Order: sequence, then structure tokens, then C-alpha cells
Amino acid sequence: MKTKPQTTPRYSATFDEYTLSEIRRAASTGIYDIRGGGAKRKLPHFDDLLFLGASMSRYPLEGYREQCGTDVTLGDRHASKPLKLDIPITIAGMSFGSLSGQAKEALGRGANAAGTSTTTGDGGMTPEEREHSALLVYQYLPSRYGMNPDDLRKADAIEIVVGQGAKPGGGGMLMGQKISDRVASMRTLPKGIDQRSACRHPDWTGPDDLEIKILELREITNWEKPIFIKVGGARPYYDTALAIKAGADVIVVDGMQGGTAATQDVFIEHVGQPTLACIRPAVQALQDMDMHRKVQLIVSGGIRNGADVAKALALGADAVSIGTAALIALGDNHPQYEDDYQKLGSTAGAYDDWHEGQDPAGITTQDPTLSARLNPEMAGRRLANYLKVMTLEAQTIARACGKSHVHNLEPEDLVALTVEASAMAQVPLSGTSWIPGQN
Amino acid sequence: MTTLDLQTIGLREVNTTLQSAELNRYTITNPMGGHAIACGLQGNLDVTIEGHAGFYCAGMNKDATVTVQGHVGVGVAENMMSGTVRVTGNASQSAGATAHGGLLIIEGDASSRCGISMKGVDIVVGGSVGHMSGFMAQAGNLVICGDAGEALGDSIYEANIYVRGSVESLGADCEEKTMDAEHLDALSKLLKSANMDADAGSFKRYGSARTLYNFHPDNAGDY
Repeated sequence: MKTKPQTTPRYSATFDEYTLSEIRRAASTGIYDIRGGGAKRKLPHFDDLLFLGASMSRYPLEGYREQCGTDVTLGDRHASKPLKLDIPITIAGMSFGSLSGQAKEALGRGANAAGTSTTTGDGGMTPEEREHSALLVYQYLPSRYGMNPDDLRKADAIEIVVGQGAKPGGGGMLMGQKISDRVASMRTLPKGIDQRSACRHPDWTGPDDLEIKILELREITNWEKPIFIKVGGARPYYDTALAIKAGADVIVVDGMQGGTAATQDVFIEHVGQPTLACIRPAVQALQDMDMHRKVQLIVSGGIRNGADVAKALALGADAVSIGTAALIALGDNHPQYEDDYQKLGSTAGAYDDWHEGQDPAGITTQDPTLSARLNPEMAGRRLANYLKVMTLEAQTIARACGKSHVHNLEPEDLVALTVEASAMAQVPLSGTSWIPGQN
Repeated sequence: MTTLDLQTIGLREVNTTLQSAELNRYTITNPMGGHAIACGLQGNLDVTIEGHAGFYCAGMNKDATVTVQGHVGVGVAENMMSGTVRVTGNASQSAGATAHGGLLIIEGDASSRCGISMKGVDIVVGGSVGHMSGFMAQAGNLVICGDAGEALGDSIYEANIYVRGSVESLGADCEEKTMDAEHLDALSKLLKSANMDADAGSFKRYGSARTLYNFHPDNAGDY
């Protein structure tokens, strides 16, 4: 029997399966997709960099025998009580409201055990959070929900949030399902409403005003607290330069892989720059103003392991910050809850409807039954273990490069696997001496 | 009465003295429009500033009474928790921003965004206010004895806004409300506390229509 030859059915690369499902979802609901987390698309990242290690011209340090320091001091430009951390990995700002009380407690416990800091979020500081975090950074956000001078004085540092990597230019979002009585009370809002935090600070506009705002914060806190300025990965050179000019002690640059509790998917995937692209411009601004290592740079957005930490430091950061990775260490998206994730139309590892408050792992929820699933002590121990592993990994790499402190890592220790990463990180393409745009 | 000359001893010394003081009366002379004067006070002290002040005067005030005999810059009494701040002149933008409590009195006019994101403070303005006043106001009372600029009370939550004069326009989700006996009573007491000679019955009340509290695509054009 003769049959006419046919080509196999071919799916469009442009209209792929996910795109088709999103068009159908939008056509059905009439509203944009809201989710948590950071950019999920493939981006140039730290995986595109490699360390060279020691060789004929570089002398390695003995693993397990010769010391490799990991401590970092944040905020000694102006503050009389800078933040002294044992490791260069901090816990990023995440609010009580977006996270359960148990999750916040676990973050504090894990950070304490590792000798590092954790950070509040939109909605203010809870007494439990202060109690369980030996070193606590207090976020000063546009909404000023729960903001009061007593908590400001209780903090170990103050982080003025201008933006975040998941949504540079966007404000916070906490949907009604998560506005419990306590969250509503802390934020002076009616229970159950969809809470939209402001995207601009209410009483300053631009770096000149911000300089005066920082003066006020310092006056109120007796010039003791380091002042951080956190920006999303938008214009890292100018944002860093202006933050220095405004008087920051520490600058936090958050790339687009950095997570959020909730915002529009289109915002997360299409606004901002990858973390890798933000570091060198920020460091350049610090160097141009003779402030590198005087004003500290914290990099966040997609930090997952000790190699990422080492690469960020080698590119000029003083520390990194983790959010999503910390939640995963606590138990977020764990396969043990696969049946529950399936019921929510997702799967372990891909669940990102954090705004709906139904997190099977009990982390991104205010539901008492779900929250009770997370044991803060055990989750805190997991986070401490994870932080320890990341630190050991970074030390392993630093020693292999002959560095007695992780801060001694430098761009010269790195090469890039792709032209894009080479251009962004400003290190040579592997096997060449070529850096796009430089030679 | 203790006098602190700002130009002689400097801002740090002035604020350190005030922040550690209790049950005292102070006068600050030669403020010269300086910023962050008398911020972060906590305690029942009475402070008079003889002259104009800059940004964030009496910011985050708690319990203290601060009187500015002149004009003030951006963010007077921002995030005030309690106490009283009185300005005899005019105030720049964002007066009383995010303030949680206490009483802010501006005898003259206030610029744009007066009472932005207010969270429980009472603000009484003797004159008029600029555009976007009461933006995202969450709780408390904003009393305007003069006129209000455009987009009054945009995206307001549960705060009350009282206006005696004209309103150029209302912002998204802000509407005129009925003036019930309880509101007349509360307004009368506020006016009396602020020493404002105005009849509560001559004011109109504005508040949230509550149509935008939960996002719905049909309301997208209102945002």
C-alpha cells in the first residue's frame, strides 16, 4: 500500500507549550498571572563562569589545614556599630505576612547558627522575629507598614528598599487570602483586602532627598546603625553611584533572578537585568568613587551554592544574600508534599503560587494548619547546614585559587564559557584572552 | 526653659539633648531651615523651634509637643506615633506622611501629598492642601479648612477626610460620605484641639468607596 509521506507535527518555538497555556489562561480569566519567585527563564548566570584554580604561577592553599577567612564587616563607613558577620552570606528581606511566623523563626535560627543576619520585610518587625534573630536588618519600605521608631532602634542595621530584582519599579503585593487578623493589624489595613504596597517612598524623591532621609534615620538611631540601600538590577552603575552619594554604608543589588512574594509574571520575566550583568557595573561605580571595600556591596538573585558565592565575591561583591534558596533549605517545594502540589495544579519544584497562601510546606502561608507543618527548629537546622555547606564550598574554591580569605578572590581567577557571560562579567572567554567590548 | 542654638552647637547635639530629655521645655533658636530637627523624640517634652525648619522636622515623634514658629519643609512629623506637632506657617509636601498617631496642626497651607499613607494620625490644616493629599490614607482624620487640590484621597482606605472649601477632584475610589452625628462630634473635637475657629457643620466628609479593595479586571481602568 502506498501512503503519501508526511512530516511529523511540529510545535512552534515561538508559540511553545507554556506560551499557549498562558494565552488560554489569559483569555479565560482576563487578568495577568501573579506568582512568587524570581525569573524562571534561562539567563546568563554564574554557571557560565569557571575558576582557573592554581597552576605554575599561582600557589594553592592546603585544604583543611591552611586558613581561609570568611568574615565580613558591613557598614563601617558611617555607623558606629557595623554589622560583623562570620560568613559572607546573609538572609534577604522576607516579610511576616508573605511568610508564616514559623518560617521567619526558622530563618532566624538558621542565620544565628551560621553567624549571619536575617532581614525583615514589608509589614514591620515582629517580636518573635527580633527574639530569634541575633542580627536583624530592618527594612524601610515605601509602604512603611508597621514602621515605628522603637523597632528602628532595636534593629542592627536599616535597609532602605528602593527596589528589588524581581520587580524594579514595582511595589509589594499581598493578596487577601494572606491578610489574616494579625497581618491586617500590623499593616493598619482591613482584613482580606488585596494589599498593594506603594512603589515610591512617600516622603522623598531622588538621591538628594534620600541623603536627607538618611540623615534623619541616623539622627533617630544615634548614628549607630549601618544604612543599606537596596536596588533592583536596573541601572547598577548609576544606582550604585547615587546610593554612595546619598550616604549609604552598604548597597544591595538584586538581580532579576531574585524572588518576590507576589507580583505579575510579566514583571518578573521582562523587567530588570540578570544578576551576573549587575555586579561589574556596580563595582565599577564603587571603584570610580574610591569606595570599593569602603562601602560594601551585597549581591543577590539566584545564589544557590558556594561556587555562586565565590564567583560573586571574585567579581567584587563583599557578600551575597539568599532568599529563594533559603526557603528551599527550609523545605519549600519539597517532594514529600507532591500530592498536595498536584492538587493545587502544580508539582514539587515548580510551585510558585505563594500569594495564594496554600503552601503545602507551610512556609508562604498564614494558614495555621499549614504553618504548623514547619518545625522552626528543624527547618532552622537545615538552613544552618546549607549555609555551612555554601561557606565550605566557597572556601574550597578560594584555597584552590591560593586565597587566604574569600574576599581575596578576584576577576583574574575567572573565565567565561559564553560570549554573553564574558561580556557581562568582564572576564576572558575560556581559552582566549578576549573580553568582548574591551579588546 | 533651655535654649539650644542650632548654629552654635549643631544638629547632633540638639537632637541628642532632646532625645535623652524628659519633662522639660526647650527652645531651638537659629534653625535656619535645617533638616531633621527634633526628630526621634520620645517623652513628654515641649519643644519650640523659633524659625523655619527643613525636611523631616519632628519626624517619628513620640509623645513630645513640638511647635515650629515658621514654615517647614518636606515630611514634617512623618511617621509620628503620638504627641503634637504644630506649624504656624506653611508645610511642604508629604506632611504627616505614614504617621500612626498624634496630632499634626498646620496653621497655613500644606503642599501636595499631605497625609500620604497616613496610618492613624489626625491632621488639621488651617489653609488648603495640594494635589494627591490623602493618597493611600489608611486610617486617621485629615481635616482641611480651606480647599483641596486634584485627586484628593486617591486609593484611600479607611481614613476620613473633611474639607470645608472646594475639592478640585477626587482620586480613584474616593467618594463623598454622609456626615453623621458621630463624625460631626469627632470633627468638632479635632477642630477644638487644633484651636481652629471653624464650624464642623460646614465641612463635607470623604472616604473610600471600597470598590478597589480586591482586584477585579473590570476595574482595571480605575487604577
